[in-house]
Amino acid sequence: MQPFTVHQGIVAPLDRSNVDTDAIIPKQYLKSTKRTGFGPTAFDDWRYLEPGEPGMDHSQRRLNPDFVLNQPPFDRASVLLARENFGCGSSREHAVWALTDFGFRAVIATSFADIFFNNSFKNALLPIALSADTVDRIFKAVYSQPGLEVKIDLPAQTVNVPGVDQFSFEIDSFRKHCLIEGLDDIALTLKHADAIRAYEEKQRKKTPWLFNDLNAGC
Amino acid sequence: MAGKTLFEKLFESHVVHEQEDGTVLLYIDRHLVHEVTSPQAFEGLRLANRKPWRTGSMLAVPDHNVPTVNRADGITDPVSREQVSTLDRNCQEFGIQEFPMNDLRQGIVHIIGPEEGFTLPGATVVCGDSHTSTHGAIGALAFGIGTSEVEHVMATQTLLQKRPKTLLVRVDGTLGPGVTAKDVVLAIIGEIGTAGGTGYAIEFAGSVIESLSIEGRMSVCNMSIEAGARAGMVAVDEKTIEYFRDKPFAPKGEQFEQAAEYWRTLKSDPDAVFDKVVVLDGSEIQPQVSWGTSPEMVVPVGGRVPDPDEEPDEVKAEGMRKALAYMGLEANTPITDIAIDKVFIGSCTNARIEDLRAAAAVIGPGDRVADNVKLAMVVPGSGLVRAQAEKEGLDKIFINAGFEWREPGCSMCLAMNADRLEPGERCASTSNRNFEGRQGQGGRTHLVSPAMAAAAGIAGHFVDVRKYK
Ligand code: SF4
Repeated sequence: MQPFTVHQGIVAPLDRSNVDTDAIIPKQYLKSTKRTGFGPTAFDDWRYLEPGEPGMDHSQRRLNPDFVLNQPPFDRASVLLARENFGCGSSREHAVWALTDFGFRAVIATSFADIFFNNSFKNALLPIALSADTVDRIFKAVYSQPGLEVKIDLPAQTVNVPGVDQFSFEIDSFRKHCLIEGLDDIALTLKHADAIRAYEEKQRKKTPWLFNDLNAGC
Repeated sequence: MAGKTLFEKLFESHVVHEQEDGTVLLYIDRHLVHEVTSPQAFEGLRLANRKPWRTGSMLAVPDHNVPTVNRADGITDPVSREQVSTLDRNCQEFGIQEFPMNDLRQGIVHIIGPEEGFTLPGATVVCGDSHTSTHGAIGALAFGIGTSEVEHVMATQTLLQKRPKTLLVRVDGTLGPGVTAKDVVLAIIGEIGTAGGTGYAIEFAGSVIESLSIEGRMSVCNMSIEAGARAGMVAVDEKTIEYFRDKPFAPKGEQFEQAAEYWRTLKSDPDAVFDKVVVLDGSEIQPQVSWGTSPEMVVPVGGRVPDPDEEPDEVKAEGMRKALAYMGLEANTPITDIAIDKVFIGSCTNARIEDLRAAAAVIGPGDRVADNVKLAMVVPGSGLVRAQAEKEGLDKIFINAGFEWREPGCSMCLAMNADRLEPGERCASTSNRNFEGRQGQGGRTHLVSPAMAAAAGIAGHFVDVRKYK
């Protein structure tokens, strides 16, 4: 995984609550069996004037001029700003892949839905929850100076908004460590393989019915 | 010391290892797999040269992309076809039990898990799908995960988790006639909001929840995620235990009795402490209809479309205006004046046999789907539900009234297959999400119970089922 330490970039204001993962990446694109290529169809229903389908040349489609990510300089943004409950709904990790493929490295919002929040860390997208009041101040700053760049310092756990303030944010120490080092979770967990086997041995006696395994082809 | 909540009992019994910062390695007993969120995980295993830890803990089924008509002819859309055949190939390569598209046992992943006795009380259950919360209805700890986590569970049989907080939602009293589990959960979401359960595991309890069938409890737990909670659960009682007698993959004979004895301990202790408690009076819950583009935007059928001008919170009022514009609705319109174009009875929320019985029960002899309704479809949750419904003659009731009787799958719940709303079409739907574009770009979804959906199909607009029959 790509490490995340310090990032500076343009903030795009997506002034909505409850931005759901269906909106971030509509279902027709979930038919892909790949992890990449979702950037051009991020926010597809809001971003284009006509409906899209997989396999289209999205660069030829008509953009909706009213949608914030189609307006320079926000089309080059790498930090997304939204309100509460960002990423609610479907568990689709494709939503995170669409955001990172578009070029986002961080999302700042008042709150995040749990599954989206977890998925973000697996893909080096940093979700930052700040108070409603702080988020509101950042919105105002971005509206008055479009193209405003914020600086996110993960080791220090701060977001610096020029001319406004520097804000601290919370993050679990384990997640922070994995992001900074760009670590692969699975390899880390497999270091505990003996503990997993010991657990299975113990449980096999306690709840043997949970070990009546299915066999393919039965 | 205070007693333990059901959640704590389930969680603690699955801790393999705990780090200092409280990150837990949690053992996973049951892993359900479907075609949409698994291909990248299988690919990840292959790239890293890893094998699944315990293939026998996995059950796979294609459900999101499958057609609901002429299935024997295969899938016409080449992209959908490729995704389903990728699942078939992956299951073969890794030796994972799959119910392929034309197997009688195929169905929506959350319907077949309990139906097969694959998901069991006391188990940890995951799936790359947010509605995995459904399985909490049987006293399991069940939650949705992303694709990276799917790969993690495949490779290690565990997940890295932080303990969520606990929320008790107690629904007291008794439900009035015509009020169903779906109305209960919509009312709960209306009360606590779509982020009300974020960061929590919910336990649903109280006399109303106890009175529900296992199927009804599944409808409630299914929509925990719409309240923001990854997991929702209900304590085990004798109904739960009876439900699992004779299920194909459930324990049998002596092992069943041993399991049942353990399952009876799966309830919160009387002195357990929850981080938050919400209480609703079940006797006040009425049949619900959603009016907006978020499941919390819901009102009783006797109500009106709310007015943003009366909302003091400006951010909320703006959200309401956006929703009304998308839904093509005027504030203050009586709900029963809203005419519909389509009816969808199905999804992992409401496609079990009890749901189909409830929908069929409101259709009288001689009733016909209203002329303004272009399509009314019934999509059973699994092949076995479909077969049972046909045995009871429910298919005839639907077909005679002009409903289409389809083959099982997710269908128009998310419109990944050919079943969808056209822009501007309005649907009475028994599914769980009314997001913009969920049932087709520009489509307008109203979430209701199966009985309310069937009645709306006959009347052509929403009606109060309690007055309807
Ligand atoms: S029926 Fe709908 S909500 Fe349920 S698994 Fe399928 S798509 Fe998801």
